[in-house]
Amino acid sequence: MLKVDNLHVEVDGTPILKGISLEIQPGEVHAIMGPNGSGKSTLSYILSGRDGYTVTKGAITFLGHDLLAMAPEERASAGVFLAFQYPVEIAGISNVHFLRAALNANRTRNGHSALSAAAFMKLAREKAKLVELDPELMKRGVNVGFSGGEKKRNEIFQMAMLEPKLAILDETDSGLDIDALKVVSAGVNALRSPERSMLVITHYQRLLDHIVPDYVHVLLDGRIVRSGDASLAQRLEDEGYADLRAASSMGASQAESLRASVER
Amino acid sequence: MSNSSTAAVLNTTDQADAASRETSAQEAPIEEALSRTYEAGFVTDIAQEYAPAGLNEDIVRFISAKKNEPEWLLEWRLKAYRHWLKLSEPTWAKVSYEPIDYQAIHYYAAPKSPENAPKSLDEVDPKLLETYEKLGIPLHERAALAGVAVDAVFDSVSVHTSFRDKLAEVGVLFCSFSEAVQEHPELVQKYLGSVVPYTDNFFATLNSAVFSDGSFVYIPPGVRCPMELSTYFRINAAKSGQFERTLVIADEGSYVSYLEGCTAPMRDENQLHAAVVELVALKDAEIKYSTVQNWYPGDEHGKGGIYNFVTKRGLCGGDRAKISWTQVETGSAVTWKYPSCVLKGDDSVGEFYSVALSNHRQQADTGTKMIHLGKRTRSTIVSKGISAGRGQQTYRGQVSIRKGAKGARNHTQCDSLLIGGECGAHTVPYVDVRNRSAKVEHEATTSRIGEDQLFYCRQRGLSEEDAVSLIVNGFAKEVLKELPMEFAVEAQKLLGVSLEGAVG
Repeated sequence: MLKVDNLHVEVDGTPILKGISLEIQPGEVHAIMGPNGSGKSTLSYILSGRDGYTVTKGAITFLGHDLLAMAPEERASAGVFLAFQYPVEIAGISNVHFLRAALNANRTRNGHSALSAAAFMKLAREKAKLVELDPELMKRGVNVGFSGGEKKRNEIFQMAMLEPKLAILDETDSGLDIDALKVVSAGVNALRSPERSMLVITHYQRLLDHIVPDYVHVLLDGRIVRSGDASLAQRLEDEGYADLRAASSMGASQAESLRASVER
Repeated sequence: MSNSSTAAVLNTTDQADAASRETSAQEAPIEEALSRTYEAGFVTDIAQEYAPAGLNEDIVRFISAKKNEPEWLLEWRLKAYRHWLKLSEPTWAKVSYEPIDYQAIHYYAAPKSPENAPKSLDEVDPKLLETYEKLGIPLHERAALAGVAVDAVFDSVSVHTSFRDKLAEVGVLFCSFSEAVQEHPELVQKYLGSVVPYTDNFFATLNSAVFSDGSFVYIPPGVRCPMELSTYFRINAAKSGQFERTLVIADEGSYVSYLEGCTAPMRDENQLHAAVVELVALKDAEIKYSTVQNWYPGDEHGKGGIYNFVTKRGLCGGDRAKISWTQVETGSAVTWKYPSCVLKGDDSVGEFYSVALSNHRQQADTGTKMIHLGKRTRSTIVSKGISAGRGQQTYRGQVSIRKGAKGARNHTQCDSLLIGGECGAHTVPYVDVRNRSAKVEHEATTSRIGEDQLFYCRQRGLSEEDAVSLIVNGFAKEVLKELPMEFAVEAQKLLGVSLEGAVG
């Protein structure tokens, strides 16, 4: 589904990602863990096509397409969805109006007819239950006056509506109390399917207790320094990033061989 | 139907020439690109009747004679003309444009139908009806569907007024201005110039001398007008000005909602539009006046477009009267317009809701005046300015609380939205308070469409242009919701279309 090959990315001339390789098969859930400043958000933005990130080396293919050549909205229509760490507010446009415009833009781009208002509302009510989103919030301005938890729920609600092939969850757990975390995670888990892949980006292990990944990758200073199964997340929680940081400072090639040994 | 013009044809210009010039202009690639943006930019090729270019007393007399006007009205026009000669064009607005040659303008242009004026819709020139179709206002269907009575002013004469019989049942008078002069001269004479005197300002005075047609509305005491009244203005003839005059009178305890829409074909030269609108709301009456203005704005280099120099003013003449202006201004090369309220009656209310958009090289200097004379008078101003491209946008507003306006209140909110780095937004509020018990508030914000907002929308699948349109509509919502439902939808689309090419 997604193949990231030796990706190098700069922001304002500063290298942020320094050779990331990652392959995600349909139905797989991968977690990217790492401390602040390791390049986690950069990875989510480069996948979704935000301006201001320069690829200096490497390639990304998504379902056989050159992802980097596509505009953000084309990526969205092809099935890339980013649940934002900080969802943006748009005053004066109701949540449902916004989502219907987006959904129909994608449908049109993919050669489907637009969804009628009635069909859309039926779908919206159904999906809102998934994340226990207050129906009142659907009528309000996009994210305007939403609490932190409501904003995150709204992101997952949008994901449920848009039915992406690849969902990137950027720090979806940040700002959530434990109850909200459970609700949001349950929503995400309900959306797991053999056709849908997910990339879960998080600082903390606790999210991965609820959304159990198939693979965990540790991102440190722009490189994936270790990959493993879900148990790697638990080990990281216990031991912290310090050991890995030491390993990383040995240099890229050594980190590479270290990773290889871990995978073996 | 407008009054039957019995005067001899003074001059008929070569329409074919004008039409071929238009066609060649439209074949140019740049014009083609633009015609996508300005969807109302077509020219209707029908026989036109012009007055010769230029302005003098003979032209004023010609217009008046053409309309078979009574002597008092001719005198009024001539007084205005003579006064106009003493005035000079105002220069205080923050707009710049090439000097206007007032002697090069045709002050009268009318579609020339085979036999005088049409008696019913069936008799209206089919091409004219086509024009309205293209504008999206098929008179009968749309009017019937929307329950709107439409008076369409095409260049200088009023073509058709629908639903007149139904309105007559409740005593509402809705007709072209020239018809009102013939059939209700006492009302016209009583109220014409009562809110905007012929001496008011350069453009209003010019209009008073040469106005050709417009709409007239009278709502009798206690009547709630059963439908939205609507007028569509369109400038079609080349080198002509449009000087329409609208007079709306709401007698005691009555209510009316009135909407005007405006378009013009694309032309290389600038065209002058100097209209006057007078509203009179008597005791306990309410007038809601909405405008969706989409005159041709010129191309992206600032060539062509309408000069929209309009005087609009309403008088709340009696206690508890209310006048509400709502405007969506997306067109015109230069806009100079300040729909105002004179709050004379105690407890009377004035409102001004405005969305103005300037893209490419458009300039808009617009706002309102709220003149508080009566006790406990209240006014609300909500102005939303959107600047894109190299557009320049000025909000100019005056809130004047006079000595007797005890307990008067005003709240003003001015928001500006900037798109791109080459446009400008300016806010010029004048506040003059002469009564210590008054309460006046002014709030202003300026914001820019954020990169993060755009990216959020695009990540969800919206194109950049749709995203801008969505964000702008959200910004303007507070004003758009004041419009009658079906026109709010039209205005939303218009905002989107007018912003095409604003980003990227």
